[in-house]
Amino acid sequence: MRFERREDVSLPALILAPLIAVLAALVLCAGLIAMAGVSPWLAYGEMLRGAFGSRLAVTETFTRASPLILTGLAAAVAFRARLWNIGGEGQFYMGALAAAALGHSALAGWPLPLAWAALAAAGMAAGAVLLLVPAVLRLRFGVDEVVTTLLLNFIVLLIVGLMVEGVLKDPMAFGWPQSVPVAAGLRLPDLVPRSRLHVGIVLAVVVVLLVWLVQARTVFGAETRAAGLNPRAAAFAGVPITATLVKVALLSGGLAGLAGAIEVLGPVGYVTTTMSPGFGYAGIVVAMLAALHPLGVVAASVFVATVFVGADAMSRATGVPSFIADVIMAVALLAMLVALLFTTWRVRR
Amino acid sequence: MMEALDILTTASLWAAVLRIATPLIFGVLGALICERAGVLNLGIEGIMTMGAMVGWLTVYWGGDLWAGLAMAVLAGMAMGWLHAMLTVPLGLSQHVSGLGITLLASALAYYLYRLWVQVGDLPPTIEPFQPWPIPGLSAIPFLGDVVFTQTPPTYVALILVGLVAWMLARTPMGLALRMTGENPHAVEAQGLNPVRIRIWAVMVGSGIMALGGAFLTTAAFNSFFPGMVQGRGWICIALVVFASWRPGKALLGALLFALFDAFQLRLQTVVEGVPYQLFLMAPYVLSIVALILVARRARVPEALMQPYRRGER
Amino acid sequence: MSGGAVLELEGITKRFGALVANDDVTLSLKKGEVLALLGENGAGKTTLMNILFGHYAADAGEVRVEGRPLPPGKPRAAIAAGVGMVHQHFTLAGNLTVLENIVIGSEPLWKVGSDRDGAARKLMQLSATFGLPVDPEARVGDLSVGERQRVEILKALYRDARILILDEPTAVLARPEAEQLFRILRGMAQGGLSIIFISHKLHEVMGASDRVVVLRGGRVVAERATAETNPAELAELMVGRAVARPKREAHAAGAPVVVAKGLSASAGGGMALDAVDFEVRTGEILGIVGVSGNGQAMLGRVLSGLARLDAGTITFDGRDIARITPRAAVRMGIGRVPEDRHAEGVVGDLAVWENAVLERVRDFSRWGFVRRRAAEAHAAGLIARFDIRGAGPATRTRLLSGGNMQKLILGRNLAAGPRFLLANQPTRGLDEGAIAAVHQELLMARSEGAAILLISEDLEEAVGLSDRLQAISKGRLSEPIAAEEVDARRLGLMMAGVWETRDAV
Repeated sequence: MRFERREDVSLPALILAPLIAVLAALVLCAGLIAMAGVSPWLAYGEMLRGAFGSRLAVTETFTRASPLILTGLAAAVAFRARLWNIGGEGQFYMGALAAAALGHSALAGWPLPLAWAALAAAGMAAGAVLLLVPAVLRLRFGVDEVVTTLLLNFIVLLIVGLMVEGVLKDPMAFGWPQSVPVAAGLRLPDLVPRSRLHVGIVLAVVVVLLVWLVQARTVFGAETRAAGLNPRAAAFAGVPITATLVKVALLSGGLAGLAGAIEVLGPVGYVTTTMSPGFGYAGIVVAMLAALHPLGVVAASVFVATVFVGADAMSRATGVPSFIADVIMAVALLAMLVALLFTTWRVRR
Repeated sequence: MMEALDILTTASLWAAVLRIATPLIFGVLGALICERAGVLNLGIEGIMTMGAMVGWLTVYWGGDLWAGLAMAVLAGMAMGWLHAMLTVPLGLSQHVSGLGITLLASALAYYLYRLWVQVGDLPPTIEPFQPWPIPGLSAIPFLGDVVFTQTPPTYVALILVGLVAWMLARTPMGLALRMTGENPHAVEAQGLNPVRIRIWAVMVGSGIMALGGAFLTTAAFNSFFPGMVQGRGWICIALVVFASWRPGKALLGALLFALFDAFQLRLQTVVEGVPYQLFLMAPYVLSIVALILVARRARVPEALMQPYRRGER
Repeated sequence: MSGGAVLELEGITKRFGALVANDDVTLSLKKGEVLALLGENGAGKTTLMNILFGHYAADAGEVRVEGRPLPPGKPRAAIAAGVGMVHQHFTLAGNLTVLENIVIGSEPLWKVGSDRDGAARKLMQLSATFGLPVDPEARVGDLSVGERQRVEILKALYRDARILILDEPTAVLARPEAEQLFRILRGMAQGGLSIIFISHKLHEVMGASDRVVVLRGGRVVAERATAETNPAELAELMVGRAVARPKREAHAAGAPVVVAKGLSASAGGGMALDAVDFEVRTGEILGIVGVSGNGQAMLGRVLSGLARLDAGTITFDGRDIARITPRAAVRMGIGRVPEDRHAEGVVGDLAVWENAVLERVRDFSRWGFVRRRAAEAHAAGLIARFDIRGAGPATRTRLLSGGNMQKLILGRNLAAGPRFLLANQPTRGLDEGAIAAVHQELLMARSEGAAILLISEDLEEAVGLSDRLQAISKGRLSEPIAAEEVDARRLGLMMAGVWETRDAV
């Protein structure tokens, strides 16, 4: 068996690939669900109902999707330039911390749009700086950024613990380790009344469109693409590789940081060490399922959110452990890798 | 300050160092075998989690402790097989596939654990490996307490270091493995099959990684709980670089690490007013520092992370 | 079965997608014979030998060694049958020792322990018998190219090869080294080994073989006893049609454009530069000739703005360009054709129009947005003007043939009318038709007044195009000599590092 490169990747194949991957994941995980003595049809039905069965369910699913859009975008932007940012989780928390620290009282009296802009900027800056460290370590010393970003996730979580038990501790929280809350006036308005769904998701989609525009149409987008596909040729043609990668790192870290800031300003209101159910890691799955395309990120985020929100409800109804959601994600990621392979290569003999 | 130095001379500290180092030794040896053959295995964190769960579960279901270790190895090899299939014959990104394996193996471990084990307020426990003083040797002052009064898996880890070092340096198999990591085309040109060598290396390496996880649940602790591997896998990946891909240095690296860890644990009880998180951060920060220190000097296997396709350069 | 044939290939056919690399190829090799397989780049020589050695399985046909068919696609079987192959790109591991590189695969994998001393003894014995000295404990990465080739040959002999295949064995050797290699091969043949060597150099084929098989477009087009043929006939058989390379017409060069003095640069791993001087004048081509790996790559990197100098000055029209960046070079009107067009010349997965403007994308943008229509029009212009075939502006660049890719790279440089052009191995791996087209463009640029620095390992090309020549050896550059004063012997010596310096009395 050997592989032969296809002359061109067709668009239908690119759209089909994630669908096939998701289908494969659902089929494979049906076996695991059956092991729990539950019919997979019933379980998947419960999942759909849990994610879309009521007004509340729908808003929950989209509430869950909005940070995923941004962490997924963060991973997609970085992976495209072959910068392996696995630190979305840490950058998310840094953004959240920044928003809580600044949003508690420091901005009192600022006009609202300006205060929001400052908070978003602070969140982005915090995330960006965190990714800047591994990016610079790779560019200066050749240290693999995968390991450093992963290790930084653990470090950041401890920093969060340090903060919410220390300087940012909320004295009104009855000893619970949580940060001071964001000033009530600075919270993002709800999108749907009496739900947790807030304007953050609109913001996330706008950011997706902006990033798409930048990637597809600008000089910066063209240069990043060239640097990602063939860094030597790009450098020869005069693309400043180091500067480009630094910019990509700032953008990617910033997006993940923004996700954290919005989560604090929106549904949560403060920071805890458990506020992210793995948004950073799930962002990697989102990015891969989206084939690193910004628009695909939105669809993939909704899918991932559906699985997570649905799995919780399904677990309560049927007793199948909700960890099945993580299994589905992981299998979908691996299946997507294989599916993508067949969009660019064909098997001969 | 004197108190801190006193800690360094106690046998119990050094015994703890060896205990803490054991899972790292397994992990770093496993990662080293994979990487020497040219495959980065970021599945390590998940494979260790899987090994921890399977090892524990086997014993919980009435199996022997050694049967637990054996089952952990098999589970690790199964995950390794998957990673090998995706990255070697299919040539997919070793980074992404490895992360996928980590996500899959940990999710699967947690899922099956929840499915098969009734968890009350506290996780159920097993009777773990007990320290097994080696007759005669354990009577040596100091050294006997430190090295020869450990649990059996620690002895296995130490023996494995020597075995892997000998295998790599002195056997045809080891040479073929190293050559596959340096230049798979050269292996093929000599009539060997680099694809098969890589697949087996990843499987064996993954089996050894899983032992590191199983040590946690069958010797260090007596129960399984989510998040228990705590980034040890990632630390092992850093240690392989720190050790320049050599088993002897890998042992040294793991011990150095464990020394810091054991030392900070004891320091926490002595030094007051410093938040415990700062101590917990130490191993991760140390890993990054270690990577920076050796990054420029490391002689990386030349074909590491290079997919091999026949007849293509 | 023909009498005395140790090796027969019969009806070998191999396709890669639409390309037929080998088309019904039949040939045989006699014991003690040296057979040359002659053909252009892309004629299918390497594919054929890879099938013989089992790297590829043929779509049709059979390989027989001493009358017994070889199972397809199994290098192991080929080795066991006594076939040894010396690959053009050496299959060695630089981090391992000579001995390790040689013994791998010779012992059963599951053997416990390894007989190092026995292996070293056998190696030293072979080394003495065939006159191929090596140090078994040396790290291969520390060896010179010639020494590495010795290791490759010993590797085959160690496995008791009776048939030796060498793929372009002299591509990396200087003339004296190449001559020595052929003397050794001749001795081996007299000792009973049968040898096939692949080449596209006529003088080698004439000098070293007993018989020549000419391959063109994947087919055997001719077979001659070397004694009964001549270079002119072989050249025509090899190329198949009369493709004449364009001739350089003498004209006077103008003022110096690029002046380099005392360039020194240290390379990580590769050959460094050591006090290199040269100057290139308007309307002339200065050729830098040398054997691969003598500092050409570093010189190219320095002039392209990719490597830093340790010492020395370069000026371009009087301006200092020693620390120039690629982007600044483009802006100043310096054209650059890189050594490796796939690795550095183009981004294969981008469209032709994107590669056409990649160097000057800011000229095709407004407020940070790419003006795609203008860029595509520019690419269409290049395609028309430089006769780039099989592509539109939207085609993925990696689908272009080597020749058309090179025309695209040359085109994007020449379209801007550069004052200075660096052409690094501009025709490597191209067929005669594409070579002629590239030469035509270079000569045209010269007559329009460009100063051109041509770095080439192809002597015929360098002598044919250059007004003056300098040889590069171990990072040092000889004094220039005028093209009219060149003879093969002198040039051969210069490339081996033997030249008179002006200071020497």
